[in-house]
Amino acid sequence: MQNDLSHLQDYLPVLVMAFVALGFVVTTMVLTHWLGPKRKTKIKSEAFECGIESQGNARSPFSIKYFLVAILFVLFDVEVIFMYPWAVIFKDLGLFGLLEMFTFMGLMIVGLIYIIKRGALNWD
Amino acid sequence: MDPILLYKIILCVVVFAVSLGIAAYMTWGERKLAAILQDRVGPNRAGPFGLLQPIADGIKMFMKEEMIPGASNRFLFILAPCFFMLTACMTGVVIPWGGGITIDGVTYPMQITDINIGLLYLLGVVSIGVYGIMIGGWASNNKYSLMGALRASSQMISYEVAMGLALIALVMMTGTLSLGEIARQQDEGLAYVVYQPLGFLIFIICAFAETNRAPFDLPESESELVGGYHTEYSSMKLGFFLFAEYINMFISSAVMATLYFGGYNFPFQHELGLEGNTLSIIQTVVLFAKILIFIFIFMWVRWTLPRFRYDQLMNLGWKVLLPLALANIFFTGIGMYLFGKLG
Repeated sequence: MQNDLSHLQDYLPVLVMAFVALGFVVTTMVLTHWLGPKRKTKIKSEAFECGIESQGNARSPFSIKYFLVAILFVLFDVEVIFMYPWAVIFKDLGLFGLLEMFTFMGLMIVGLIYIIKRGALNWD
Repeated sequence: MDPILLYKIILCVVVFAVSLGIAAYMTWGERKLAAILQDRVGPNRAGPFGLLQPIADGIKMFMKEEMIPGASNRFLFILAPCFFMLTACMTGVVIPWGGGITIDGVTYPMQITDINIGLLYLLGVVSIGVYGIMIGGWASNNKYSLMGALRASSQMISYEVAMGLALIALVMMTGTLSLGEIARQQDEGLAYVVYQPLGFLIFIICAFAETNRAPFDLPESESELVGGYHTEYSSMKLGFFLFAEYINMFISSAVMATLYFGGYNFPFQHELGLEGNTLSIIQTVVLFAKILIFIFIFMWVRWTLPRFRYDQLMNLGWKVLLPLALANIFFTGIGMYLFGKLG
């Protein structure tokens, strides 16, 4: 297979768009910083907790459930990404490809049933 | 300069400006629509029918004091809204906004770039958007912000799995990931919503969750978390968070119209006897009409349905939509085999 880089020029407009958006974002941030009033006081710069004096720090441990969801997402999203190349050439693969992917999906469903049975998705 | 490159740069600026303009007027539309649904008048002071309201809001945002909480992480606090806005603007490049415009015998496509992995690019950029919310919520060093950010990120990643699976069933039928090609296929055949009604349903529910819109607006549920991840934000930084949400809504409406409702194509477009630029302009108008219908549905749902509870939200994502999306792939595969669409 030869080294073909011609399709890379398709990505040039993406870069152009990134520069347009970046220019807008930076200009806006500088403008709003420059235009707005600046009257800093100690009380104003405290964290807002409905007008009550703020207690402790927000850099504290949080529920493990969120972390578990993130881990499950990584697992499932990788499996989804595996299916994309298959889906693109699905018509050429025919019945063979279909049955192979049903096996893969079967394993995925077994995994899903397992995490549901273990209660990993229960939010008491 | 290369005329094609020049054209692409102009198109980039136009698409960017149109997204911003539509997002600005969506805020007006949302308030007006809410008012109609709740039997109120809505904004009517700035200009006729309150049409200058978005401009007044923008100026107000600019003139507000920029607050950065003392306990926050300054750099990340400023970075987060910029990042969120940037990713929201980056999605518009792969959407085909119409047919081709012919100038001096050269046809320029109304799509900034037709990259061959367009759908993956879209999913990728949408996933990066989660970082803006996560960084913003964490950097604020406020408990409400942190909770809002955690809710937002785990909600968005949960629904991304179902969304990816719903798209796989579509990709099985299209055989390509390029959005331009998918739009052209729907000119020859029927719109894909006819073959993929369940896939579309899953996709639109996930789009609501991805854009943090009601009934999935738990990240910013104002009654319990003040404002969620943007509690500590003010001035245009807050504006970016709110604005990017509307841009995301506009882009996801455009994606739904392109993938499932024929994109810029409309029925009997070749029987009208129109050609070239006239047809292209009508096609673009038709696409925007479809987008506006989806935007209307987004707003209609917001003012109709109450908010989900968090465990219900997670159950819907993992225990209902995910198996449904897998079943959809299964039946799509079987159906295509039975109708002899396989090679």
